[in-house]
Amino acid sequence: MTFEYAPALESTAVVKIKPEYGLFINGKFVPAKGGKTFTTINPATEETLTKVAFASSSDVDKAVAAARAAYSKVWSKMPAAERGKYLFRIARILQERAREFAVLETMDNGKPIRETRDIDIPLAASHFFYHAGWADKLEHAGMGSSPKPHGVVGQVIPWNFPLLMLSWKIAPALATGNTVVLKPAETTPLTALLFAEVCQQADLPPGVVNIITGDGSTGSAIVNHPDIDKIAFTGSTAVGKGIARAIAGTKKAATLELGGKGANIIYEDAPLDETVEGIISGIFFNQGHVCCAGSRLLVQENIHDEVIEKLKRRISMIRIGNPLDKNTDLGAINSSAQLARINELANSGDLEGAERWSPACELPTKGFWYPPTIFTGVTQAHRIAQEEIFGPVLSVLTFRTPQEAIEKANNTPFGLSAGIWTDKGSRILWTAKHLKAGVIWANTFNKFDPASPFGGYKESGWGREGGRHGLAAYLKGNH
Amino acid sequence: MRIDVKKTYKLFIGGAFPRSESGRTYEIANSKGIFIANPAQASRKDLRDAVVSARAAFTGWSGATAFNRGQILYRAAEIMEGRAAQFVDEIVAVEGISSTAAKKQVQEAIDAWVWYSGWCDKIGSIYGSTNQVSGAFYNFTIPEPIGVVGAFAPQKSSLLGLVQTIAPIIATGNTVVVVASQKLPLSAITLAEVLATSDLPGGVVNILTGITAELAPWMGSHMDVDAVDASGLTAAQDKELRIAGTENLKRISTFKAETSPQRILAFMEQKTVWHPIGI
Amino acid sequence: MIDGTANSIKSFLKTLSPVDQVGAEARAAMLATRSIKTSSKSWAIDMAISMIDLTTLEGADTAGKVKAICNKAVRPDPSDPTVPHVGAICVYNDMVKIARTHLDAAGGRDIPVAAVSTAFPSGRASLEVKRVDTEDAIAHGAAEIDMVIDRGAFLSGDLEKVYSEIQYIKSLCEGRAHLKVILETGELVTLDNVRKASFLAMAAGADFIKTSTGKVAPAATAPVVLVMLEAVRDWYAMTGVKIGVKPAGGIRTTKDAIKQLVLVNETAGPEWLNPQLFRIGASALLNDLLMQRMKLRDGHYAGPNYVTLD
Repeated sequence: MTFEYAPALESTAVVKIKPEYGLFINGKFVPAKGGKTFTTINPATEETLTKVAFASSSDVDKAVAAARAAYSKVWSKMPAAERGKYLFRIARILQERAREFAVLETMDNGKPIRETRDIDIPLAASHFFYHAGWADKLEHAGMGSSPKPHGVVGQVIPWNFPLLMLSWKIAPALATGNTVVLKPAETTPLTALLFAEVCQQADLPPGVVNIITGDGSTGSAIVNHPDIDKIAFTGSTAVGKGIARAIAGTKKAATLELGGKGANIIYEDAPLDETVEGIISGIFFNQGHVCCAGSRLLVQENIHDEVIEKLKRRISMIRIGNPLDKNTDLGAINSSAQLARINELANSGDLEGAERWSPACELPTKGFWYPPTIFTGVTQAHRIAQEEIFGPVLSVLTFRTPQEAIEKANNTPFGLSAGIWTDKGSRILWTAKHLKAGVIWANTFNKFDPASPFGGYKESGWGREGGRHGLAAYLKGNH
Repeated sequence: MRIDVKKTYKLFIGGAFPRSESGRTYEIANSKGIFIANPAQASRKDLRDAVVSARAAFTGWSGATAFNRGQILYRAAEIMEGRAAQFVDEIVAVEGISSTAAKKQVQEAIDAWVWYSGWCDKIGSIYGSTNQVSGAFYNFTIPEPIGVVGAFAPQKSSLLGLVQTIAPIIATGNTVVVVASQKLPLSAITLAEVLATSDLPGGVVNILTGITAELAPWMGSHMDVDAVDASGLTAAQDKELRIAGTENLKRISTFKAETSPQRILAFMEQKTVWHPIGI
Repeated sequence: MIDGTANSIKSFLKTLSPVDQVGAEARAAMLATRSIKTSSKSWAIDMAISMIDLTTLEGADTAGKVKAICNKAVRPDPSDPTVPHVGAICVYNDMVKIARTHLDAAGGRDIPVAAVSTAFPSGRASLEVKRVDTEDAIAHGAAEIDMVIDRGAFLSGDLEKVYSEIQYIKSLCEGRAHLKVILETGELVTLDNVRKASFLAMAAGADFIKTSTGKVAPAATAPVVLVMLEAVRDWYAMTGVKIGVKPAGGIRTTKDAIKQLVLVNETAGPEWLNPQLFRIGASALLNDLLMQRMKLRDGHYAGPNYVTLD
């Protein structure tokens, strides 16, 4: 007999999903105009979880009006220290209800409970805690002696880290004195709606945070709304460019966190076992649904075979399956549309002659699944070396010299993240200096922290989120 | 009696002074309508060549030490000081302002070089950070030059606006393709002569004279331009450039006549680096 | 690989990949989150019991004490014959004979006696003393020798001395006893040193590499065991020989023990999950495993008065 881990399912009893959710506008849940709704499903089972309201442009108008009123009558007049206390309260409630959020996130998103429990939710709470402390210290943010908020901020977030992205958006916006209209992704609205309850429990003044659900048309109505002062968007580069076009020539400010094709550079003297862990975390964390994923592995040619052998052995140990099982490493793909996209790109890897490998693994029959996959023999000219797959698919390329590693790493329109693995300090700094990427992990990967600025060069976006630099996105300086 | 030797106002690309590849020039008159000069009217191909030069110069210039860049910017101030009279005469002729006012503009331009010179090796200290992340990691953020910047100098200023445009862009290691004020381009070429003798590597600053409206769309859509200072554009041109610029998500900014570290930071990217702390 | 010269040892150890401490700790911490329930937990508890080197290494050890743990080793739970016996008894040299005799008498003929040798725990003695120590233990019935490496020599860079001592003790054990080499990782401090010492010991002939004497803290921390398991895994890939691993010191609860098994399972691999290739040096651990076993069997929590205090 071998050591089979028996199912260790996280209980869903802590979550009470309502049969239907309204829009959270001006502190209350209200139905969408005309009562239109859409459903959200559990991507691991394809079971319908609930119905949520579908916001039209007139609902967006209502939400923006609520945010505007809250901004001018309440939020902008409140002493900064008091504003900060609301954020502290929110952080605490998120910690108190952490397990509930983790389970709900796993159900709505498909990511493993281990990640929602240990990463998404604790980080979301820490983002509020971190930014709470900024509220009354903004004159130290490097934006002059009395920086001002923009006013009403429209925020559109993706499905890959639903609550975490919400916290990256809402926490700095509120800390700097803005009010918010936020739209969660169409496939993952539930933790944002649960967050609305947290706002109620925190007694946050009505209208400071408004959460409206819908699809791309709802997001577009936010972006184009004339009474919104600033847009913050995380999502695909294509949509980001559309937003940039839409607001060109207007007074709207914008921050965009977009796609990536992160190079993970492995030098011959890397600490190999930890490097393999870093490669795994770089591409299989959150099913590879990560804009900063290390999706292009650049291995020094003289250790390629050794790295691939160790990597394959390690990938074989990845536990795929029920995201609510506490031992699951790789959960479900978030939607059938995303699965189709991954299939399409991975198939192009086959057609273009790269060599595909996946471990022997059984995938569940219901739901959306993709096995952990690596392609070797990939060159810069392959689509899978250029385009963002946003799935558990790694493209492996080689290099001979540090200069070649840099050239290949930078040979992309993206510039979000990169990894460096070497035991040599001076080479780390040399490589970091020459990489055109906003976040560089040396001898680690996919680490996040509210104090650490995050954001990309080139087509990976505009601006930073997190840290002192992230505040700049929500303030107008006076210097 | 002696006939003046007049200057041919050409472009400044890659450290050289070529005519426009198109062979075109356009006429500059003074405020009273009297002819002054026929500067080059840059074409889209001149802009393309200038971007190539700027890109080629980027590695060396951004790789120079900040102290070295600071000295070169200061050198520009020194050389300008020596040619102040020439700048004053040119500004008086073109702008039709008093020589006192022109002199003030030249002095402020020289002082702008000096001010930005001092920022070269301080911007990282002031606007970078070490970040106290949870866990055993050292984490720091440093501002880095963004790459090739396109710029449209303010239309209403011969020299000061131009220097306020160029200096903050190149202080950190960026290279620039700057389109001078359409009607007031002569000081720009004289400035090029200053820069050409300031130890500034060729291609770091490229100066085009010509028709702003003709060049703006090409700058906006050029996929190897990383950012644009659009201060010299009209609102309509600005909007059009921003729309074109979304193709590679250019960072596009405009400024009032101001001297500010924000003008430096607008053309920098913040890079954050993580490393474990262990034994 | 190594011909025993200082240079060959040095150049072999240089081929080893460095260890990033933070990354190794993160991996160990992640594996510690594995949730082992129901049937897998009950399997793991019995496996852990069978892997225990039930240990008493006190100045106050007496024949009575040693006899008591021998009884416990054979029948950990007198009320339940389905409980497996432990992996071995681990005692000081002068107790080897007592342990062997009593185990044989108590029906534990197949339970080996391990003796801590070579001037345990410090190792600060001449090679001759270490030889006598080892010979004596084997002569009195020790089937396993737990030797300590010369940490002083290791830290001062005299790797040749460390290597040759292990090789020498191995030559004494050859054909008569298994050799476990104690690295005393708490004194080596860095994970790079743990990796180097692991390979050095394996190259010199260790059958097992063991973390600690139990007399120095920290002892068998998860990152240390992780790095040692990586070492035996890689050694197997290089040579085709499987070397065992024995964490000792600080493993007191069922939770701790199961974490060790998860580390084995997901690092060296399932083929290391048996008492021939993995042992846990412990004493108090056994009773906690027994109480957890009762909980699974009876459906309610057990108390310390329902396990025997030996």
